Amino acid sequence: MSEPLRLAVPRGALFDDTLSLLDSIGVDSAPLRSDSRSLLFPGPEVTVLTLRPSDVPTYVEAGAVDLGITGKDVLMEQQERVVYELVDLGYGHCRMVVASRAGDRFARDLERRLGAIRIATKYPRIAARHFEQSGRQAEVIEVKGSVELAPIAGLADGIVDLTASGRTLMENALEVREVIADCTARLVANRVAHKLRQSEIDALVERIGARG
Amino acid sequence: MNYPIPPGTRDILPDEMRELRVLSTALLETFERFGYGEVWTPTLEYENVLVKGDARAAGASYRLFDEHGQVLALRSDMTIPIARLVATRFGEHPGPLRLCYLSHAYRAVTPQRGQQREILQAGVELIGAEAPAGTLEAIEVMCAALDAADLPRARIGLGDAGLYRGLLEGMGAGNGSRAGAVLSALERHDFVELEQRVGDLGMSERQQETLVALPQLRGGPGVIERAVELGGADVTQATQRLREVAAGVQERGLGDRVIFDLGLVRDLGYYTGAIFEVYDPALGHVIGAGGRYDDLIGRFGSSRPACGFALFVERLHVAQAEEERRGG
Repeated sequence: MSEPLRLAVPRGALFDDTLSLLDSIGVDSAPLRSDSRSLLFPGPEVTVLTLRPSDVPTYVEAGAVDLGITGKDVLMEQQERVVYELVDLGYGHCRMVVASRAGDRFARDLERRLGAIRIATKYPRIAARHFEQSGRQAEVIEVKGSVELAPIAGLADGIVDLTASGRTLMENALEVREVIADCTARLVANRVAHKLRQSEIDALVERIGARG
Repeated sequence: MNYPIPPGTRDILPDEMRELRVLSTALLETFERFGYGEVWTPTLEYENVLVKGDARAAGASYRLFDEHGQVLALRSDMTIPIARLVATRFGEHPGPLRLCYLSHAYRAVTPQRGQQREILQAGVELIGAEAPAGTLEAIEVMCAALDAADLPRARIGLGDAGLYRGLLEGMGAGNGSRAGAVLSALERHDFVELEQRVGDLGMSERQQETLVALPQLRGGPGVIERAVELGGADVTQATQRLREVAAGVQERGLGDRVIFDLGLVRDLGYYTGAIFEVYDPALGHVIGAGGRYDDLIGRFGSSRPACGFALFVERLHVAQAEEERRGG
């Protein structure tokens, strides 16, 4: 009767686990696996769109898709977006951390002498909030990639970044100083779709809950 | 030459204006048909007057000084100005009083999210009518207005501003910081965190299940029964008001237009009972909102029950265009 639900899935680190999830709830992921150039995959029940993880909340909030999957890190960074967070999907576990060069006397000493800590990050809002809430002054410097380089090159005293195994940090002689949050993949819904397509969305959520 | 206008504002040219005018007129005529008289209030109000209605002046975001150094604010909704108007101009009126408006309200915007600073609202305020009768009249007028806007697929989300807080209190969670954390998760629509925070409350397993499942219940009138089955006496008490409105909605034959929503929350502090949101499948944003505010007018010295709603005219217009595109 009604058109299929539109679901945004993230390309990148969460992509493979998301495809397995689709298979386990009866959404055929074969087209997504075999065709890496298309962005839109129509299906009888669910139409899948592939997006950058950080674009998922944008599409969901605007109602361009009904549902989306993205990391908690993305949702935390875009906290002001109104989306319904429905399910912790459990996979893609990472930690949002503050890290600095191994052996550095971090933070307290710098803050005492210079009044503020310089933090490089791809997550400026999470970083600013974290230091604000813990009563410290930080100068947040936004970079788009290779955050690990910033303390080595002297751009910043520390970084706020997402780490799964900690290997990249270690390879760059960085140490975790503080854990800000544990992050996993989440299922989010547009607020209007959540009301108007209640039965289809609840059925999908139930299938996700029932998977092995 | 380029002379910019502030982001979130816009010029409206004749083709669009003609359609907006037709839509606005249809809405106002509907309100008049139900006996609502149109009022205007000043766009600028004294900030300290707005703050009397709501501590955050209902989110008023633009302030300026007048020539005497008084702080003026651009109104962010029409409910507080009308509450002021009723208390000062109609203080002796026995009620009920039916007022409507077509007015601009002003809100702050986040850049690049398609938000508007200047929002055209068409709405009604029904003053001096108790729940549930007054609430039901507002829902009836809302349905008629959506028909007049030619949006038959639009639906009204109906909840209760005090429902979840009442449920927490009934279960003995009180007003502590842990209960606050649960409410905060609900306000952010974060059901993952809500479940974690409910776990911190030290409740029985059944109570926890109720607190997690209940705010996700939405749909036909059956959801209220499901909620009561789920949580027993605690839920029966917390849903008392909503069940009264629901019964009236069914009686008036409006059941198909209403989505009962046990997790609905609105971010304005003055709501006391029923709350509304309006949705259309052609648009991902809310196209209208409102609720009961039985304490608000009393803050201006003339206590009486009241409720109202506003439809966001530009969004109704976008929904109309999108519905036409999909239909044709």
